[in-house]
Order: sequence, then structure tokens, then C-alpha cells
Amino acid sequence: MTDSIRRFIFASALALLVAALALVACSSDSESTDMATLAAERAAAAAERAAQAAERAADASQDARSAAQQAGSEAEADDGAQSDDGGAAATAAAERAADAAERAADAAERAAQSSAAGEPADEDPGEITIYSGRGESLVGALLERFEAETGIRVKVRYADTAQLAVAILEEGDRSPADVYYAQDAGALGALAGAGALAALPGSVLDRVDAKFRDAEGRWVGTSGRARVLVISPERVPNPPSSIFDLTEPEWRGRVGWAPTNGSFQAFVTAMRQIHGDDVTEQWLRDMIANEVREYPKNSPQVQAVGDGELDIGLVNHYYLYRFLDEDPDFAAVNHFTDPGLAGALINAAGVGMLSASDNRGNALRFIEYLLGEHAQEYFRDQTSEYPLAAGIAARSELTPLEQLDPPSLALTSLADLEGTLELLQEVGALP
Amino acid sequence: MSLSRVLPPRSPRVLLERAAGRISVVWLLALTAAAAACIPLIYLVVRAASADADGWGDVLGRDTARLLLNTVALAVSVTAAATLIALPCAWLTERTDLPGARWWRTITVVPLAVPSYVAGLAVIAALGPAGSLQRLLAPLGVDSLPELYGFPGAWLVLTLFTYPYILLVLRAGLRDLDPALEEAGRSLGKSSWQTFLRVTLPQLRVPLAAGALLVALYVISDFGAVSMMRFDTFTRAIYVRFGTTFDRSSLAVLSLVLVGLVALVLAVEAGQRRRGERYHRLGAGAARSPRIVRLGRRRWGAIAFLVALTAVALVIPLGVLLHWLARGLSQGESFSGLGPAALRSLEASALAGAVAVAAALPIAIVVVRRPGRLAGLIDRASYTGYALPGVVVAFAMIFFSLRVTPGLYQTLVVLVFTYVVLFLPQAIGALRAALVRVPPSMEEASRSLGRNPRQTLLQVTLPLIAPGLISGFALVFLTTMKELPATLLLAPTGFDTLATRVWADQNDVYFARAAAAGLLLVLCAALPMPLLFGRTRLLRA
Repeated sequence: MTDSIRRFIFASALALLVAALALVACSSDSESTDMATLAAERAAAAAERAAQAAERAADASQDARSAAQQAGSEAEADDGAQSDDGGAAATAAAERAADAAERAADAAERAAQSSAAGEPADEDPGEITIYSGRGESLVGALLERFEAETGIRVKVRYADTAQLAVAILEEGDRSPADVYYAQDAGALGALAGAGALAALPGSVLDRVDAKFRDAEGRWVGTSGRARVLVISPERVPNPPSSIFDLTEPEWRGRVGWAPTNGSFQAFVTAMRQIHGDDVTEQWLRDMIANEVREYPKNSPQVQAVGDGELDIGLVNHYYLYRFLDEDPDFAAVNHFTDPGLAGALINAAGVGMLSASDNRGNALRFIEYLLGEHAQEYFRDQTSEYPLAAGIAARSELTPLEQLDPPSLALTSLADLEGTLELLQEVGALP
Repeated sequence: MSLSRVLPPRSPRVLLERAAGRISVVWLLALTAAAAACIPLIYLVVRAASADADGWGDVLGRDTARLLLNTVALAVSVTAAATLIALPCAWLTERTDLPGARWWRTITVVPLAVPSYVAGLAVIAALGPAGSLQRLLAPLGVDSLPELYGFPGAWLVLTLFTYPYILLVLRAGLRDLDPALEEAGRSLGKSSWQTFLRVTLPQLRVPLAAGALLVALYVISDFGAVSMMRFDTFTRAIYVRFGTTFDRSSLAVLSLVLVGLVALVLAVEAGQRRRGERYHRLGAGAARSPRIVRLGRRRWGAIAFLVALTAVALVIPLGVLLHWLARGLSQGESFSGLGPAALRSLEASALAGAVAVAAALPIAIVVVRRPGRLAGLIDRASYTGYALPGVVVAFAMIFFSLRVTPGLYQTLVVLVFTYVVLFLPQAIGALRAALVRVPPSMEEASRSLGRNPRQTLLQVTLPLIAPGLISGFALVFLTTMKELPATLLLAPTGFDTLATRVWADQNDVYFARAAAAGLLLVLCAALPMPLLFGRTRLLRA
């Protein structure tokens, strides 16, 4: 037996090794081709941008010169000493602007030349590893655009938000991730609490309302999702104005919730903060007594409302728009309730930089990108969420953020998930 | 060997080492494989050690008893139902002149590759309160179907998509039953039904027990189906717990309770195993190929049974996927990148299947040929990874890999290793069921005719247990195709498979894309099956 099995093992090991080598060869091969294509595309895009910049700069310098001349002649024509001074200052400023514009045009031209020649404009911008709890079909295109615009190679791992959070805790100092991009604030709060996230600079944090970021600056919200009721307009012609009405006999067996969902738990936590544990517990018990139907997540509730299985679902607002994208006749609408209270909570998807990352420059560039105009418009148009930065308004069919009147709670004050879990277990909503 | 040259000959130590070297290679390999399967246990102990008394009390004090009861009830009922489906399936496709037996052999195992979240969605869409069946029956005055959510739904989904575990293991055992025993039964005046019950069935004890164990432990560790069907099991409680609080120590405590439950199941199973039982021919002569039963008129009943089974376990999920796909196509959805994902799925699953069979072989040899306390321990230990929720094993491998082989973290090597830790018992079950049917006298004869151990293994044992090797490979291959948590956390960056595509797209409510990936997944899983099962036919002929 000895010899035979040794040989058997040896043979299988050899076969595996060969397979692994072949695999490595294959993957590196395709990687290098991909990289070459990517580099060429990037160079082309850079050249185009540079050309455009040069054009704009040339225009600007022309404008500035004529403005300066005009200002100068106006100043000369004027007799008043004060306006003379102002005119002189204006002329000087305009001339400085013109010079700057010219310099910018030169720089742009040089950049265009060098990238047209296929040389990178500056050094290799490196790479970034992102752990994303948000799905590829949601944010994949955005990450690709970040890669194309910055030249930073993006390595991204998509998985469940909670599982990634535990994985990061398990990886500790050895985590290959630079950035954690999460579905909800609870997971970010847990990582921050465990010391896994580094503090972000004030310049980044200040772009977002204090409600939607960590009090100690370790994560920042990137896009908002509102708690709503998704309802069937046909079967619910007069929707309730408050979630507290859902315990009425009228709604027996007609309402759904997803107690394992992070957004639902944040909503319960907010309710505990606003109304107290006793009121919340009573509401939960009344809901269960009223035969609330349990779903594993938000989207199956929206599906169930559309299918006619359910009349009202407690969900986040944006799932509906994706159902409507696939099926324009999908029979469900969003209904906002409880202005100023937990029922109108806005939760946030957000991002944090890992303390284990030795690549903080790129991590910050990515976080800044998510808060920039491009990404915020992307959230508005592609994921139907509320932009939280850059002063961009929400999609037209959504109630604007200002009118929604969410509770004045900061998301970071909803950290007591342990207490919420205990409450949900106590009333029997969760195992 | 080199040691014996350095040290003086005949020293007791050398003799001892030589002796140890002789007998222990197969033991060594078996021990190594079992130790690898125990990595999750080590992780759990380390993590649970950091839980404070409060954590233990909190975790164990709550309705643990109810959860355990639910879990056991589900595991027992699913296992019973799956056995009742698998037994006739195996017999019909292996021992009768069923028309199209070859195709049925593939079709009946493919449900194994349907991911449980797809299966759950499909069954809800078909049989749920507002599903297709309800709409079909509504004109007939049926207002509501019996409640699907809860125990019935979880039971149905798990039964329909786990019975192939028993089927595949059973087949390996059924193929080479010695017909002489059945003939003896008939000649002693028993009817064919009595013969089946009292002669054939007892001979299938080992594969039935091995398959049933695989199903029971799968149910204990499943999350997808129970969460879809809102049935509280222990595994669901584990997911809820860490999904809400991200607390690893209470995750570990709960998982250890699960390990305790599994130890209990294994002990019960071990009590059922009879020592010294033989399932191979003892007398002179070789077993003939088993008689093929002519079904005659009964074949219509058989076909009706298989068609009904296929309709529920395969046509419903595929139908729902096709419906999503058609709806997406009409909205101009585009599907890209599925080809590479399919190749990655096939590659990772095939590697996992091959490595798992190789790792299971020494364990199966030890368990069957050298039974005893150590062999029993090795056998039980190998079930650890399989019986734990996949995500717990994934966390354990993160812990282990970053400490022991940081260079290999998030590479294909660690991923395949994790698959083997997760699914090793499936390969062991299939190999064990095949190996008990090979009389040791065959191997002894080979040795006495001058073949060395290697030749004996390659030329005698392996060909004889080929059906088991193939069933073991198929089991691990199919299960790996749909594996999620380990693939998501441990695969190389960007290594998306069909299973991860289905999961991600259906999560983000892109059902058409999820459907395209799901259909391709089932297709890729089915493709190698006729090849695998066709080949054994040839070997036998």
C-alpha cells in the first residue's frame, strides 16, 4: 500500500501543480492583455480630455484678455478715484487670470502630447482593493468609471455586507482591503467600534450632513435610502399615514416586514430612540398579533406586493424602481409616512477606510470620488437613491430630501443593534 | 527510508519506524484529511474562548431548545422523504429496463445543482399564496392553498433538492449487488416485494445510511431554504446573530452548539452500523452482473413517478428562470461575462471534486478495511466542516489561511481546499458505499499473484470502486457549483462564478440576469453527468 499510495499522491499533486501553473499562466496572460487594452483606452481618454481642457483654457484666456482690456478702458474712462482703483485692481486680476489660463493651456497641450505618444502623464497611480457589500449590478459601472478616470486599478470583492464586515474583523491587520463600502450604517458602525476603520479628514466628512456620518469621522454616508411603505395602489386605495396604524384590524395579515434586514433594524433602533423601548415593544407585539408576514429581505416584499401576495411592505424606497425598470407595468407604489418620526428614517450606504490599509492615498481618492458630482449623479440616476453630497437633488419622482422630514437622529446614534436584536428576539420576531 | 541507511540496522527503533512506515501511510493521509476537516472546529474553540460568561448565558439561555427541536424535526422529516424518493429512483434507473434510463440518470441528479435560494424563489412563485398553482385553481373555487411558509415550505424545498445525495450514493451501491442472494430469496418462496424488503434493502444499509447522513447534515447547515421559507432553525439563528451584531464570539458559541448536535447525529448513525457485517460475496466464484428487471406494464407508473418528480424539482425552477429571462429579454437586457464565469465554475468544481475524492480515498479505506476506534474518530471528524454553515467555515479558513499560508490567501488553492473541507464527507460516503462491496479477498488474491500494493490499488481496487469514485466526484462537483459564502469571501479577486452571479443579480433585483446565469449553471452542472454515468456502463460491460 505504502508505495502505491505515495505514488498516487505524488501523481495527483503533480497534476494539481500543472493545473495551477496553467491557470496562473492563463490568468496573467489575460490580465496583461486586459491591462494593455485598458492603458490604451485610458491614454486615449486622457488625450481627449486634455484636448478639451486646452480648448477651454484657450477660450478662457481669450475671454480674460478681452475682459481685462474692457475693464482697463472702462477704468480709464471713469474719473472717480475709487472706481479708478477698482478698475486697476480688476485689470490686474483679469491679467493674472489670463496668464493662469495660458499656463493651463500650455500644460494641457503638453499633457495631450505626452498621452498621445502613449506615455503615461505621470507615475503609476497604483491600485485599490475594495470590499463592497453593494452589488456589482448596482455599483460596478461606477467603479469602472473611477478606474478609467483616475487610472487606479480597482480590485473589488462583492459579497454580503455583514459577511464582509465579519471577514474584515477576522482578517485584522492582514486585511488586503483598503476600503469597505457597505449597504448600511450598522455594519460600518460595528467596524468603527472594533477599531477597524481609520478617521477620515474633515474635508471629506464636511461634504455630507452630520446626520449621515460617524460622529468620530470613521465612515461617511454616500447615498440615502428612505424607509417607505410599498403598497398596491389597487388593494390599498387609502394608505395609512403612520406605521402605527398598521396594527389596526384593517391590515391583519396584509403587511410584510423583513426583521433580519439591516435597514429594518436601524428603523427599529430609531423607533426605540424616539418613542422608547416600551412603545416599540408594544408596536412589535401588536404587529405580530396582527399577523405581519415575515420576508427574508426587502426585495421579496416588493415582488410580493407586485404579485398580489402582499398589500403593504415595510421597505427601503429604491427597490421599486428596479422592478419598474424590468417591468413597467409592475403594480406597486411607494408611500411615505410619519414625517419627523422613525417611519421616515433615511438610512445611508456608506464607506470607510481600513486602519489596516497601507494605501490610504488611493482609499481617500476613492471616497472623495464617491462624494463627488459624478458618483452622486450616478446614485440619483442609476440606483434611484438620495444623493447625500455635492448639492445634487433627488430623482424627480421622489419626494425631495428636504420635504421628507426624516427624524433628527444621527445614524451614528443607532449603534445599539444588540439591544434591538434582543428586543426582536424577545417578541419572537427573530430566532 | 534514508533513516535506515544512516542508523545501524536492526535497532529496535528502525524496526519500529519501518513498521510504522509500512502501515501508516494510508493512516497518515487519512489523519491529514480529517485534521484539515477539523480546522473550523479549532477556529470555533479559539473564538468561543473569548466569549464572556454573559455571552454564553445570553446565547444559550434563549429559545435554544425550540430551535434545536425545529432543526431536528426538519432534518429527520427531510431525510425520510428524500429516502423515499431516492430509493425508487435509484432502483428504476439502475436495475430495470426503464426507457431512457441513461437520461433519467442525469435528470434525476441535476436538482442538486439548483441553488437553494433559486429553488426557494421558484417554489414560492409556483406554490406560494399568490403563485401559479393558486391562479390555476382560482377558477375552480379554491380560495387559498395550504400555508407554504414555515415548516412545509422548508421541508418541500429541502427534500426536492437534497434527495440526489442519497440517490447518488445509493447508485454506487446498487450497481453491483450480487444477484445470487436475491435469487436465493425468490427460491425460498418469497415474493419479489418481500425479497426486496428482506434481502435487497438490508444489503443497501451502508449506502442508505451514508446518503441519509449527508442529507440530514445538509439540512442542519442550510440557510438559503429556511430563510426563504421563514422557518427558524439553528443555522438561521446563527446568521441572524452575526448579521445583526457582527459578534464573532457568540457566532462561535452557537456554532459549537450545532457541532454538539452533529456529534449526536453521528453517534446515532454509528450505533446503527453493525460491526462485522459483510456486504460482499463470501463463497467461491464471482458475482454476476445483477439481473435487469423487466418492468412491462409497470413502466408507465415508473415514468409517471419520474415525470412528476422532474416537474416539481426541475421544471418549476427552470420555468421560473425562463420566465424571468423572457421578461428581461423583452426589456432589452444584455448578458455579458457569463462565459468566463461558467468556465470558472466548471474549473473550481472539477478541481474540488477531484481533490475531494483523492482526500476521501484513504479515509474510506481506513474506515472500511481497518475499522476501529481511530478509524471511527477519523470518519466522524471529517464531517465537521460539512455540518457547519458554509459562512462559518469560510470565516474559519480566513483565520487559518492568513495565519498559516498568508501567501495563498484568496487564491484558487485555498478556495479548493475550503471546498474539500466543506464537502469531503460526500466523497467519503460514496467511496465507502462502493468499497464495502469489494471483497478483501480480491485484493489479497492480487497480492498473492505478485502484484505490488500500488498495482493492486490501481488495477484491482480502483476499477472495482469506479462507480463510487464517479458518484463521489459528481456529488462534490454539483454541490460546489452552487456554493456561495466560501466562494464570495475566499475566491481570487474578480473570480466570479455562475453561483455568485445568480446570487448578486437576484440580490440586486436584476432577475433576468440572475435567470441567465442560473440556467447556465444548471446546464453546466448537467453536462458532465451523462459523460460520467455513461462511462461506468462501458466499464461494466
